Amino acid sequence: MATEYDVTTTLDVKGQSCPMPVVKTRQGVDDLSPGEVLEVLATDSGSVSDIAGWANSTDDVELLDQNEGADVYTHYVRKVE
Amino acid sequence: MSTDASTADESTAEEADLAALRARVDDLEAQLAEVDADAGDDQRSMTIIATKGSLDMAYPPLILASTAAAFGWDVVVFHTFWGLDVLHEEKAENLQLSAVGNPSMPMPNALAALPGMDRLATRMMQKKIDENGTASIQELIDVSLESGVDLQACQMTMELMDYDDEDMIDGVTTQVGAATALEHMADADVQLLV
Repeated sequence: MATEYDVTTTLDVKGQSCPMPVVKTRQGVDDLSPGEVLEVLATDSGSVSDIAGWANSTDDVELLDQNEGADVYTHYVRKVE
Repeated sequence: MSTDASTADESTAEEADLAALRARVDDLEAQLAEVDADAGDDQRSMTIIATKGSLDMAYPPLILASTAAAFGWDVVVFHTFWGLDVLHEEKAENLQLSAVGNPSMPMPNALAALPGMDRLATRMMQKKIDENGTASIQELIDVSLESGVDLQACQMTMELMDYDDEDMIDGVTTQVGAATALEHMADADVQLLV
C-alpha cells in the first residue's frame, strides 16, 4: 500500500512483543532528524494502543497514522523539534 | 501637642506596616518563582524497588523501566534481596520459575513440590517466552541500560548474598543503599515495590 508520508527509515519489530515495539520506536526516533518520519512494522496487537499512548505523552514525536493490515500494524511517527 | 505626637506615631507605624508588607511581598514573589521553576521541570521520574528474583517477577520492573525510559522519564530500579539475582551476571541467565504456590500452574502443589518441578516449570515458561517473541531478561536489561535506566544493586544485600561488584552485570550501579533509593523516591512521580 502506498503511503502519503515520506518515510525516512523503516523499523521492523514484527514478532516482538511488549515493551519492544515502543522501546525500539524510541531508539529509532532518536536516530532521526526533526521532520523525518519513522515507519514501524509490528505484529504485536498491543502496539496500536502502546505507540499511540507513548507518542501522546512524548514531546518530540508526532503520531501521523496507524494502519491495521491483515497481519501487520503499521505506525508512522514523525520527529518534531 | 499631644495630637502631633500621636500623628507622628501613627505615620511611623504605617511605614513599619508598609515595610513589613513589602518584605512579605518580596518573600512571596521569591517563593512563586521557585514554584514556577519547579513546574517548568516536566521531566517525570519513577523509582521501582525490585525484590524478586524469579523469572516471572523479574519481568514487570524491567518492562516498566525500559518503557518509562522510552517516555523520557528518569528511572531508577533499586534491586534488593532476590532482586539482585536479576543483575547478577551468572544468575540472571538462569532465573527460575517456582512451581509451588502458583495457582496458575497446571499442577497441584503436592506434585509441584517434587524435585525437578521448578526446572520443568521454568522450561515450559521459557518455551512460551520464545514462542511469543517476548524479550529475554538479558535483552530488557541491555535496552534499559542503553536508554539510561539506572539499575542499582543494594550494597547491604549484596554483602548478605556474598556478591561482589564484579559478579554484577556491567553498567549496574553498586555501592548504594536505602538512602540513595529514598532520595530518588522522594522526587519521583511513580514509586513501585515489586
